[in-house]
Amino acid sequence: MKRDLIDITDLSVAEIDELIAVAEDIIAHPEVYREKCRYKKLATLFYEPSTRTRLSFESAMYELGGQVLGFSDATSSSATKGESVADTAKTVSCFADIIAMRHPKEGAPLVASMNASIPVINAGDGGHHHPTQTLTDLLTIKREKGRLDKLVVGCCGDLKFGRTVHSLIGAMSRYQNVKFVLISPEELCIPESVRTDLLERNGIEFVETTSLEEAMPQLDILYMTRVQRERFFNEDDYVRLKDSYILTPDKLTNAKWDLSILHPLPRVNEISIAIDNDPRACYFRQVLNGKFIRMALILKLLEVE
Amino acid sequence: MIIGTIIDGIVIDHIPAGQGMYLYEKLGLDKLQCEVAVIKNAPSGKYGKKDILKINEVIDLNYDMLGYIDPLITVNIIRGGQRVEKIHPHLPETLTGVIRCKNPRCITSVEQELPHVFRLTDREKGVYRCMYCDTMGGKR
Repeated sequence: MKRDLIDITDLSVAEIDELIAVAEDIIAHPEVYREKCRYKKLATLFYEPSTRTRLSFESAMYELGGQVLGFSDATSSSATKGESVADTAKTVSCFADIIAMRHPKEGAPLVASMNASIPVINAGDGGHHHPTQTLTDLLTIKREKGRLDKLVVGCCGDLKFGRTVHSLIGAMSRYQNVKFVLISPEELCIPESVRTDLLERNGIEFVETTSLEEAMPQLDILYMTRVQRERFFNEDDYVRLKDSYILTPDKLTNAKWDLSILHPLPRVNEISIAIDNDPRACYFRQVLNGKFIRMALILKLLEVE
Repeated sequence: MIIGTIIDGIVIDHIPAGQGMYLYEKLGLDKLQCEVAVIKNAPSGKYGKKDILKINEVIDLNYDMLGYIDPLITVNIIRGGQRVEKIHPHLPETLTGVIRCKNPRCITSVEQELPHVFRLTDREKGVYRCMYCDTMGGKR
């Protein structure tokens, strides 16, 4: 039976640990993996713009010896003619071995997975899930900290529409002794579904605050996010909230020496470029990790040994 | 108030007072050709007041809908003037086509042919969430 990845909770903790182990092996021995997906094709169906995620998937498939086809913009697909996601998924199943889909509407990759005969990977659906970003984040935390448990994780910025934060909380809350500090303006606080279904129900320790400075000293991980213009229906609300949190060197003065600063990117101005050379800034190493974990995921879903 | 005795049909009892007409519409009873009685605010020993629906024919019912409205509703199947079965609809694990997702970012907002499916995520509180986008589906 085919496997899909729509939500990070589709994977057990053991499976995530296994993916991380494979990714670390790919990093250590890339030559072993260069032909693993020879004659296999990845279809990248991107209905909204993306730089990192799409290129990361494509680069991952090429490094496995496979090939890539697809579209990077809904206007170059039959979606403009009104084709449904279900029909597109059935069609692409005739041409490729695996699908990576990004779509502005929440649940679109789930619909694709229910209709495709090949594995479907959710590469981001609106403000909902982005499981491969979460796998990227987990690999980064594992490589930076050497562990995924016993950590204080600060999530800062747009926690309402920031799908990467929701998925990260879902994944990290399954490890022992992880505490979350949720830093956001009140209008962009964590959605009620994440608060009740993930955190409260599972007895996960968390605090909500509006002050990044106050939260900083206790953090092992600081996960910064961008306030996303495309998630707002009202431009005035976006303009009012977009500069809520800007990380500058002076804000790191009371941070731990071994803090790890992550960001799913792209950033606008929420992390000053003056931070980029600080050894605690991990976000470009995080981008590279994204390719390795996607290679591991493609291998798993294609059941390539 | 006297309503005729049913020989073959269904009595939906213990409907929360005020929900009888809502159920009448949602169950599509307005489309039936047989006699249907909607009894509002009937005295109830347990609840004070209740609504009752009497259908003069045995039809297929949407038990998911009934369980969603209130799992305490009872359905009595009548044959030959006798009650032959008493059914207690339960809170269903999945609701299909009963409530609609109101999230404008949900795929169901643009693909009209997709069924609106909600899953029970908290049995204690009776919380359902959209299968596609996880938005909570409120009761009516």
